[in-house]
Amino acid sequence: MSGNRSRFDKLGVVIAAIAASGVFFAPFATFRANRIVPGEGRTILEALPLWAAATLLLVLALATMVALLRFPLSWRLGASIAALAALMLLIGLAANHLTPPENTYARVAPASGFWLLNFAFALLAADSLTRLRLGPMARIAVLALAALAVTAILYSGSWNGLSILKEYANRADSFWAEAAKHVTLALGSLAAAVVAGIPLGILCHRVPTLRDGVLNVLNIIQTIPSIALFGILIAPLGWIAVHVPGAAEIGIRGIGTAPAFVALFLYSLLPVVANTVVGLAGVPPAANDAARGVGMTARQRLFSIEFPLAFPVILTGIRIVLVQNIGLATIAALIGGGGFGVFVFQGIGQTAMDLVLLGAVPTVALAFAAAVILDAATEMTALNGGQAA
Amino acid sequence: MIEIENITKRYGEVEVVSDVSFVVQPRTITVIVGTSGSGKTTLLRMINRLVEPTSGVIKLDGRDNRAVPAYELRRHIGYAIQGHGLFPHRTVAQNIATVPVLLGWEKDRIDARVNELLSLFQLDPATFGPRYPHELSGGQQQRVGVARALAAEPNVLLMDEPFGALDPVIRAKAQEDLLAIQKRFGTTIILVTHDMEEAIHLGNRIAVMDEGRLIQYATPAEILAKPATPFVETLIGTGDRPFRLLSLNEIREAVEPGTAEGEALPASATQRDALAELLWSGREALPVEADGKPIGRVTVEGLIRRAARPA
Repeated sequence: MSGNRSRFDKLGVVIAAIAASGVFFAPFATFRANRIVPGEGRTILEALPLWAAATLLLVLALATMVALLRFPLSWRLGASIAALAALMLLIGLAANHLTPPENTYARVAPASGFWLLNFAFALLAADSLTRLRLGPMARIAVLALAALAVTAILYSGSWNGLSILKEYANRADSFWAEAAKHVTLALGSLAAAVVAGIPLGILCHRVPTLRDGVLNVLNIIQTIPSIALFGILIAPLGWIAVHVPGAAEIGIRGIGTAPAFVALFLYSLLPVVANTVVGLAGVPPAANDAARGVGMTARQRLFSIEFPLAFPVILTGIRIVLVQNIGLATIAALIGGGGFGVFVFQGIGQTAMDLVLLGAVPTVALAFAAAVILDAATEMTALNGGQAA
Repeated sequence: MIEIENITKRYGEVEVVSDVSFVVQPRTITVIVGTSGSGKTTLLRMINRLVEPTSGVIKLDGRDNRAVPAYELRRHIGYAIQGHGLFPHRTVAQNIATVPVLLGWEKDRIDARVNELLSLFQLDPATFGPRYPHELSGGQQQRVGVARALAAEPNVLLMDEPFGALDPVIRAKAQEDLLAIQKRFGTTIILVTHDMEEAIHLGNRIAVMDEGRLIQYATPAEILAKPATPFVETLIGTGDRPFRLLSLNEIREAVEPGTAEGEALPASATQRDALAELLWSGREALPVEADGKPIGRVTVEGLIRRAARPA
């Protein structure tokens, strides 16, 4: 990989182009006199004290050079981490530098240049990590380290000057309550879908006449837009709340958490059921025949042969559902279901983009972490099974 | 003893096995031969009830095979199939231990049996036991498949085209291994194949099937000498017939008094091998030895006489 230094790395060219446009043609930070007026862009040189701006530009230039030329993978990974760390630490400094002393109305937010630079070097980091072919445990460890680094910066208070954390400071209590609701909605509906979907998938596999019907119905549900599905559920759930004794007491109502939970559950069913069916169908026929031939009962065959062999595929379905649910749960806020969507929709209502970000950024981070963890888990179960056969 | 009595299997209107009856003697190898669609695999699968017959009875040592639940029956009948059917998520040792585990054997007894079988099939237990099936070669996978079928010491072993996926060299080796193992354990083996050569080589008796019917059930020599129908004759292949006949017997039986020049052949080699050697080296006679001592010679003339159609 380091053999031919005269040629440029292809991805490095793209990264350099993105980084250059982030430095020269886009503002690094946005300054606003208060939280709803339009902002004005500030370049790196305007947003930071001279020494910091110089340091940042130097780090970025060096990292871009490493990306552009064919340096060893460990260098590329190191350069991307250095660039990302510099960006993370200095955006906090920019906030303090741009905000006039004693002014609590002014807002400083990262601007497009900051995001472009982050994207460029995140790309470099992701590419290096992929090419290092890390095992599943190592990938989870990298994720944990990244999470730890962000937590450390948050605790240090160096980002407290940023607009998104000022919004957080005003809503610290409700933020964690909505976070808990969001996770409960996403994970709870997933758990319900797994409990209902896997047996349904097994049934569809065993009774072929059932399969097409069930999968078609679930497919149709999947195509209903989420807001429409929430709307459709209001009437039946409202009716149940009124007419079924005890239903209202356990929280079933036309609006609120119940319809959000039911809708997410319904969306989750298709990937779980479909992947269970596909996974079971993918069990080698010879293994199945041998399992019957050596005298396994239907139940032994299901639990010790079919299910373990289908499990990596089922886990892929669960990964799709979890990532999808974490995103979709945002919309639950529209019908009073809570979650990070509350901040997104409040923010849109007040034209306060920082508030929108307070809802959006944790949602994206959660979905990303869920994807990494479940991909690693899928790989581990597949490795263990020696699926290459 | 396995008694197959008037077995018929229908799928809707189609009769895939029609009124088949024959008796398999204990401690022998019986080969069911036929083209694809002849019903041979269906017949085999009715013995361990992977397929239930439409009518007729199959008795194992005098007991109707429907006397116990199907899964119970299958645990006491070995079953090996083409493409081995190993469980890809279990190690070689776990695969072989499948039936003993189902039968609730003690762990020590299972481990001992797994090691015994692996050694028997020339696979080092410490090296191969912990491996997964996809880490083995085709021939090794096939051996593990047979080892799994034999794990619980069954009296009867059913094999459905067990060597079908192997290349000719490994296939010949696997056939020799099977004969050795049958001798050692005295297992009654019923093997399905479409290859008449394999049937003649392995079988004490051969059952020829065509379109669901049993056409002929006889020893290999009888099948070669008196094929019951033109179909059986086609299966044997008229061009190879004399050589197949010679392949059934050892040189020992063709030895004539006298001596000959050249390297001696062992008395246990087949007459076909002897003729091939004679023709290839352009000689009239070869010395034969048993236990390292010369016992006479074989001649081209003598072998040719033996290759003629028996009266």
